[in-house]
Amino acid sequence: MRVVLAQATARPWLWSFVGAAVVWLAAAAYTGGTGAGGMLTAALSLAVFTVIVGVGQMFVITLGPGNVDLSLPANIGLASAVAMKTMDGQDSLVVLGLLAALGCGLAVGVANYVLIRALRIPPIIATLSASFVIQSVDISYGRGLQIKPPPGFADFTNIIVAGVPLLAVLTVVFTIGANIALHRAIYGRSVLAIGQNIRAAYLAGVKVEPIRFATYALCGALGGLDGALLAGYFRGANVDIGNEYLLSSIAVVVIGGTSVAGGKANLPGVWGGALFLVLLLTMLNTFGVSAGVRLVLTGLIIVAVIAAAGGPKATR
Amino acid sequence: MSLTVSVPARAGSRIELRRLLRALLPTLSLALVVTAIAWLNPRAISYFGFTLMLNLAIPIALATLAQMFVIACNDLDLSIGTFVGFVCCVSATWLHDMPLLGALVLLGCIALYALMGAIIHARNLPSIVVTLGMSFVWQGAAILVLPKPGGAAPGWLHATMSVKPPVVPFPILAAIVIALVAHVLLMRTSYGAILRGAGGNPVAVQRAGWSLLRAKAALFALTGLFGVLSGMALVGITTAADANIGNGYTLLSIAGVILGGGEFVGGRVSPVGAVIGALTMAMAASPLLTFLRIPPDWQVAANGAILVIVLAARVLISQKGTAR
Repeated sequence: MRVVLAQATARPWLWSFVGAAVVWLAAAAYTGGTGAGGMLTAALSLAVFTVIVGVGQMFVITLGPGNVDLSLPANIGLASAVAMKTMDGQDSLVVLGLLAALGCGLAVGVANYVLIRALRIPPIIATLSASFVIQSVDISYGRGLQIKPPPGFADFTNIIVAGVPLLAVLTVVFTIGANIALHRAIYGRSVLAIGQNIRAAYLAGVKVEPIRFATYALCGALGGLDGALLAGYFRGANVDIGNEYLLSSIAVVVIGGTSVAGGKANLPGVWGGALFLVLLLTMLNTFGVSAGVRLVLTGLIIVAVIAAAGGPKATR
Repeated sequence: MSLTVSVPARAGSRIELRRLLRALLPTLSLALVVTAIAWLNPRAISYFGFTLMLNLAIPIALATLAQMFVIACNDLDLSIGTFVGFVCCVSATWLHDMPLLGALVLLGCIALYALMGAIIHARNLPSIVVTLGMSFVWQGAAILVLPKPGGAAPGWLHATMSVKPPVVPFPILAAIVIALVAHVLLMRTSYGAILRGAGGNPVAVQRAGWSLLRAKAALFALTGLFGVLSGMALVGITTAADANIGNGYTLLSIAGVILGGGEFVGGRVSPVGAVIGALTMAMAASPLLTFLRIPPDWQVAANGAILVIVLAARVLISQKGTAR
């Protein structure tokens, strides 16, 4: 028991998986075990979208206090519209559409960085202001947009092999790659160094500004990719398609054991946090609570988990 | 906004000038917006015109002050919009039907805000994440209180908000009173100085024997109080409520504080500036854009753009002044 506890304290992200398991068991117990497997499959499918933007948000948050990308929801919404318009319902244009969505997200990320750097405004305000501009562009660009995704693309995002969604497998591969980039590559080490002490990192020769630029661009691009995938999975683009990812992208990062003060990141935790959030919603839906109660409980549980995890001073 | 000024000979006075320009920036932005409106539609500059244009300025000014108290201690409240919406829903239902229960709930909200501040301080939590989570709580609670748009504002609230004083339009009068009260509270009382110190130099405040926990709880309670006032003022104007009514206030309030010369860190805020900033946002948010014939689709973007422009102007003005 003591060994288990010691391991858990050494790896705070384990808690997010424990939380996910508890929530899943509670939901399964309520239904008497029926549909427990299906619940897990559905949770994996949905968690993918949170993980993709969560990874981007994690790199941004790791840059240090105040770094956060609030433009993700608007970014996802716009990219989903761009992807659907470019694909135009034809399977032959899928790759082009994905590239267009990636490019659109990348442009948003670059714009965010330009605002932060040129105007020296805190990232929170820069990305918030940007998100309002992007939202307007999306409303105006995507007005009355009712293009369905190409059937091949829609099927691809919904492939499930032996209860495991293909997208989830691909995302796990992507997360492993991101984990290597974080801990073994110069890029990731630089991000961590900047988050720990930006001045020390600068003096040690870390190229601070290019790394920050790359991080915001990466986060934007991941948001764009997520928008395209979401549009495929839900079979259509929508201005509000990314709305829930404002809170969830930040929440999974924090729940997963990444420090909001920066300089300490955790990738497995993003998966744990995402599964926890999705299963939490599944559980509340299984209990049949109303929309209002669901919102209140989601908010309260997230605040409670974050309060229990504590900030940089509380944990040691 | 090009101001032609003769360049003073001494560097010292140049810094002084920049400082003055910076201090005047909120007033200048407001003057610019009013001038633009006067130029686009001269008839809007009248008692009636201002009453209409500044109709929603009072709740926006109150929400901005609410945000200012949180920003004073280096935090940010991303839930103020949904909180104002929740207060609106409570005011239009319980406060109307059962005034005592309604008043108790609203007081409870202020206590909850104080508790939130205490927890954020005690556990050293990121305020963005906590308030983002709370925004879901308020939104959900608002839906529970008022599932469909409707309800009715208490009569006395509506009567207060539709007072027509002589000569000076009510919103302007109310803004002056609100700004003065907040100014005295935060800038002129000794505990106000402690509260600002908690954001500016927490270590010094703590060494001087003041409880940072209490200061943070007090600032968050003030945020709750002004948030409640904002929601009540809003429902007094609209006479009915909707769970999503306040959602836009989060950006408006942050923009107002920043427009008014506030800084995100260091406890540097200005209540009078914040109210001026809120008036600017209130006028720029819709009357100006309507007169400019900007389609509704792009009004959100225009709000974001205005914020960026003002911040850019501020960087231009204060860049060299603070660097040396």
